[in-house]
Amino acid sequence: MESAAILDMELKLLLEAIYLRFHYDFREYSMASLRRRVGQAMVQLHCPSVSRLQEKLLHDPDAFPALLQYMTVQVSDMFRDPTYWRSLRQVVMPVLSTYPSLKIWVAGCSSGEEVYSLCILLREEGLLDKSILYATDINAEALRRAQSGVFELDRLPRFSRNYREGGGRSTLSDYYTAAYGSAVFDKTLSKNVVFSDHSLATDSVFSEVQLVSCRNVLIYFNNALQERAIGLFHDSLVRKGFLGLGSKESLRSVAAGAAFDEVVREDRIFQKL
Amino acid sequence: MIPHLPHAVDAVVIGASSGGIDVLSTLLPALPRDYPLPVVVCLHVPPDRRSLLVEVFRYRCTIRLKEVDDKDKVEPGVVYFAPPDYHLLFEDRTSFSLSVDDPVNHSRPSIDVLFQSAAGVFGARALGVLCSGSNDDGAAGLSAICVAGGIAAVQDPRSATSPEMPSAGLLACPTALVHDAKGLAQLLRNAGGTK
Repeated sequence: MESAAILDMELKLLLEAIYLRFHYDFREYSMASLRRRVGQAMVQLHCPSVSRLQEKLLHDPDAFPALLQYMTVQVSDMFRDPTYWRSLRQVVMPVLSTYPSLKIWVAGCSSGEEVYSLCILLREEGLLDKSILYATDINAEALRRAQSGVFELDRLPRFSRNYREGGGRSTLSDYYTAAYGSAVFDKTLSKNVVFSDHSLATDSVFSEVQLVSCRNVLIYFNNALQERAIGLFHDSLVRKGFLGLGSKESLRSVAAGAAFDEVVREDRIFQKL
Repeated sequence: MIPHLPHAVDAVVIGASSGGIDVLSTLLPALPRDYPLPVVVCLHVPPDRRSLLVEVFRYRCTIRLKEVDDKDKVEPGVVYFAPPDYHLLFEDRTSFSLSVDDPVNHSRPSIDVLFQSAAGVFGARALGVLCSGSNDDGAAGLSAICVAGGIAAVQDPRSATSPEMPSAGLLACPTALVHDAKGLAQLLRNAGGTK
């Protein structure tokens, strides 16, 4: 048997062990990224094989939290893909502004870049005070960081450029205070954000919302799990509610995708029929 | 010298950075529309704007061109480009996967990520070609392809606009085939069984 096939087999066993022992379900994640991420974790945790990593995971209580960081954290930029934010502002916000109150779900929010981008956008459109945002992720450490609203200062020039190109009405520095190499974002931005543990693989719908933003999360899922996630978004969205995906994600290979219209094709913004 | 392939392959991966457009302008137009293999290109492109690679090459190539979307199928007779600001990987032999994991060698897309993924999925049936570039992204990936029994080739550093990348590839993988752009084009045609 080829070593690559054995590696994939070991990975599947590892994911099963993680599910049985820790109830985190990575079994339908895309294998391509898992191979890399678990490979990196093996180096850091000094395990020469995936099977040895599995043994360590089951018997060393410190091992899983460390592995989880490798398996779940992806760092995004604020206002990543400025045209997406421009389209949200120009196409989606005018519709959202017609609702008396708003609920928005940022699924897979990781360390919060997308959430704060949305909060700023909503404030500039005069909608933040009547909005509740649900920011969910499976990584408690990432959620904690998201909640703090603190980002490394050296990332801010890029965030600022994105913000400007995305149609920002002010300057990004109006929203944060720089101190000790960090940018601390205005606490009032996140006062209507509920940060919460939620898994697209195992949990269900928790609220009715008008907008779901879930960018570059589905790329880490296989088709079956993409199907489940899009199904949750569909069930959660009101009729004519909006769904925003990453710039390379689509609903083409997902059956539940038939229940959505493309609103801004280039920016992967969809609307529930 | 006539480029000779030690054995048949099922996929071609190409990496390049600065000077890459030049060499791709020789390689890609050499491929016929019915080329029997998928060709996957990772060219370092700026992360913050739309890539124009498909438009740039469309009028010079007969083979089909596509920038990869998540979970796209891997099909023969198509040249695939890694999109800006995403890593491109093989999910398996029939589909792609994208990731926004941290840049590797300061690059996203990274050639190492693509090549290592090709080595894992295609093993000995991968052909990796590392071309002009001014950094050493791709060297570790080319080595992974060698170790998996696949075929490695580099652009002759003397003929490359930026020799650092193929030189680093050769250092990491001393058995790699070495050709100028025209020779590499012929190598690709041979890999597809077309003379």
